[in-house]
Amino acid sequence: MSENTIVSLPDQSTARIPRDNYITRENGLLSWLLTSDHKRIAILYLISITFFFFIGGALAGLIRLELLTPQTDLMATDTYNKVFTMHGVIMVFFFLVPSVPATLGNFFIPMMIGAKDLALPKINLLSWYLYMAGGLLALYTMAIGGVDTGWTFTTPLSTHYVNTNVLTTGLAVFIAGFSSILTGLNFIVTIHKMRAPGMTWFRLPLFIWAHYAASILMVLATPVVAIAILLVALERTLGIGVFDPTKGGDPLLFQHLFWFYSHPAVYIMILPGMGVISEVISTFSRKRIFGYTAVAFSSVAIAVFGFFVWAHHMFIMGISNYAVLVFSLLTMLVAVPSAIKIFNWTFTLYKGSITFETPLLYAFGFMGLFTIGGMTGVFLGSSGTDIHLTETYFIVAHFHFVMVGGMLMAFLSGIHFWWPKMTGRMYPEKISQLAAVVTFIGFNLTFFPQFILGMLGMPRRYASYPPEFQILNVFSTAGATILGVGYLLPVLYLIWSLKYGEIAGNNPWQATGLEWQTQSPPLTENFAVMPVMDHEAYDYDWLEKQQKKEAHRAG
Amino acid sequence: MPDSSENAHGAALAAHEQHPSYLRHHFNSVEQQADASNFAMWLFLLTEVMFFGGLFTAYLVYRNWYYPAFVSGSHQLNVVWGATNTVVLIFSSFTMAMGVWCAQTRRRRGLVLCLTLTFILGLSFLGIKTIEYREKIEKHHVPGFHYSLQSFLDPQSDPEVYAEYHDKPLAPDMARHTELYFSLYFLMTGMHALHMIIGIAILGFMILRARAGTYTAGHVTFVENFGLYWHFVDIIWIYLFALLYLISRH
Repeated sequence: MSENTIVSLPDQSTARIPRDNYITRENGLLSWLLTSDHKRIAILYLISITFFFFIGGALAGLIRLELLTPQTDLMATDTYNKVFTMHGVIMVFFFLVPSVPATLGNFFIPMMIGAKDLALPKINLLSWYLYMAGGLLALYTMAIGGVDTGWTFTTPLSTHYVNTNVLTTGLAVFIAGFSSILTGLNFIVTIHKMRAPGMTWFRLPLFIWAHYAASILMVLATPVVAIAILLVALERTLGIGVFDPTKGGDPLLFQHLFWFYSHPAVYIMILPGMGVISEVISTFSRKRIFGYTAVAFSSVAIAVFGFFVWAHHMFIMGISNYAVLVFSLLTMLVAVPSAIKIFNWTFTLYKGSITFETPLLYAFGFMGLFTIGGMTGVFLGSSGTDIHLTETYFIVAHFHFVMVGGMLMAFLSGIHFWWPKMTGRMYPEKISQLAAVVTFIGFNLTFFPQFILGMLGMPRRYASYPPEFQILNVFSTAGATILGVGYLLPVLYLIWSLKYGEIAGNNPWQATGLEWQTQSPPLTENFAVMPVMDHEAYDYDWLEKQQKKEAHRAG
Repeated sequence: MPDSSENAHGAALAAHEQHPSYLRHHFNSVEQQADASNFAMWLFLLTEVMFFGGLFTAYLVYRNWYYPAFVSGSHQLNVVWGATNTVVLIFSSFTMAMGVWCAQTRRRRGLVLCLTLTFILGLSFLGIKTIEYREKIEKHHVPGFHYSLQSFLDPQSDPEVYAEYHDKPLAPDMARHTELYFSLYFLMTGMHALHMIIGIAILGFMILRARAGTYTAGHVTFVENFGLYWHFVDIIWIYLFALLYLISRH
């Protein structure tokens, strides 16, 4: 592989991690817990979301284990309800929503635009504390008996019929929502006001455009779910009647308010992932992203369209037929900007000098799985097929293809891509390529059978099922174990690499972003000299000239 | 040459010393810092609009469905108190705006005076709101706490309101929906009052700092941003007044 790689590392016998960097500048636990450095906060987030990911993952394992057999044998049915609810709550609100933005976004948005920090560093720290408060409250809820409404808190189930811990879970989500609002707000202000001289809007890396679009969604949509949850809490405690049909209220109003957030929320989750893919595809094919402007605006288009599709979650809930028509059409429109991205990435790869390092393998995984996930979204957006497919495993498979196959692949791609910058050391290449392949295989084995199960009519959210569905469920559970291995591997070798990985140097990938033009790990203030952006994004000729100049100077 | 470079270095040092103490390290200039925090405040207000937007949506839906109940419910509110509160808040917005001007023109005593007036007006608003809430509690018009339909099924049992509006009795089915009206009334005004309480608490803190001269040394961003918040809360009230008190008056 040595000739087929762009990796250029410094001479390992002489290379050292720079003595002064953001990790070594200050010591002690308090220097981390009270930090206002965006890079340290990103690391705090990275550790905490990994923790929540494995809790959510363990719950997913329990679900798959129960579904290994048609009977309910591992746990009682109401326990099963609690397990899938907590799996959803933890994965959606405490992993997927903050995953890329709060870790990679936090770390790299200021570096990519040439700033010393986010505009509001203390607000940034506050958002992590809110996230932790929400997350720990969710865990506490799980410990005292959990909640069984599904992560959607559907009324009137959540307000009138269950006596599990709806209030504490709701509060946990409410608090985490504010954390997300503050992150989005911080990003928008930073991208507007903190760009380095020469960093115009159309010189921004596409990672920034994607985060900008996602931040708009965080800021505008999250307050609506906050008020929806508040109303559920008041309905449950005081019986205010807003969602109670006996008093004239309408449970459908809850659906509108909830999905007005929770549909855009899936774009909050996927857009930053798309930003990662743009960076990785460009770097590993040595080309400027094909159709830069189209990709940039497609992020914004996804954000805008994303606000007007929420009622496609309610096609079978008795909304008017005209509304179904309009929302069905709008839903299909979202496929357009998503497809623009996929096509432009493909054209970027076309005739590029591609090298197959781990980040690109994960990115390929993303492109394939997201395309399948996105296309099946069109099935579900068509009002006719939706009536058959909704509330079946088809929708579970669709959502997991987009979120796990798409978002999680993008997250892992980004983690590998920027790991050398964050830690100063390379991850081990061979085993990480293996992990990427294992993840891909495990994923397909887990979730592809669920499309078929859904088509055959197996409903979701039940602990038992008719025996004829067992074979496909066994495939799915077997796949989940492989997937589990695929996720455990990176944790092990990434931790290993902290001490034993090769020294990465400033720019191991020969990438063009400003974040690669400074030392790794970076200084607390990111750049020794204030950077000036004098070239377009993804300009590999500029990079080559720059490197020649430096070699000349060193010579 | 060594001399000139030394001079340049000296000039850079001097420039560094000229940086005011309130300039945070990650900003390049005071303008950038002020710009960023003002912009952040506007974005925060945008999230507030969306937050209240959920309640306004609920109001819109139920008012369209149960218009007679909403009219009768609104007749239970005291328009005079509501109007007084509107005037109080608009006036407090004026004193707040004057406060921002005082901070910008570095008038310490003026600033303290304006903030104190705003503080007092804010408290007066809450005082009047308390009187109104108390009346609702006495009439059992608080949803979820022994809510009573008496005033709507038999308007003449409520002579004061009847004398003013001569409402016809509502059908029992429609009368039930007045509870939704009062739910929304308490939710919306309660949420607004919560914002007022937070604002007043911050005002108290600001008065202390203003007396020490913190805001009259050139760094006025905090006062400006608080002003934006206060005006926003004021505007929300103006909408609430029209939507909750004046339903049948057009």
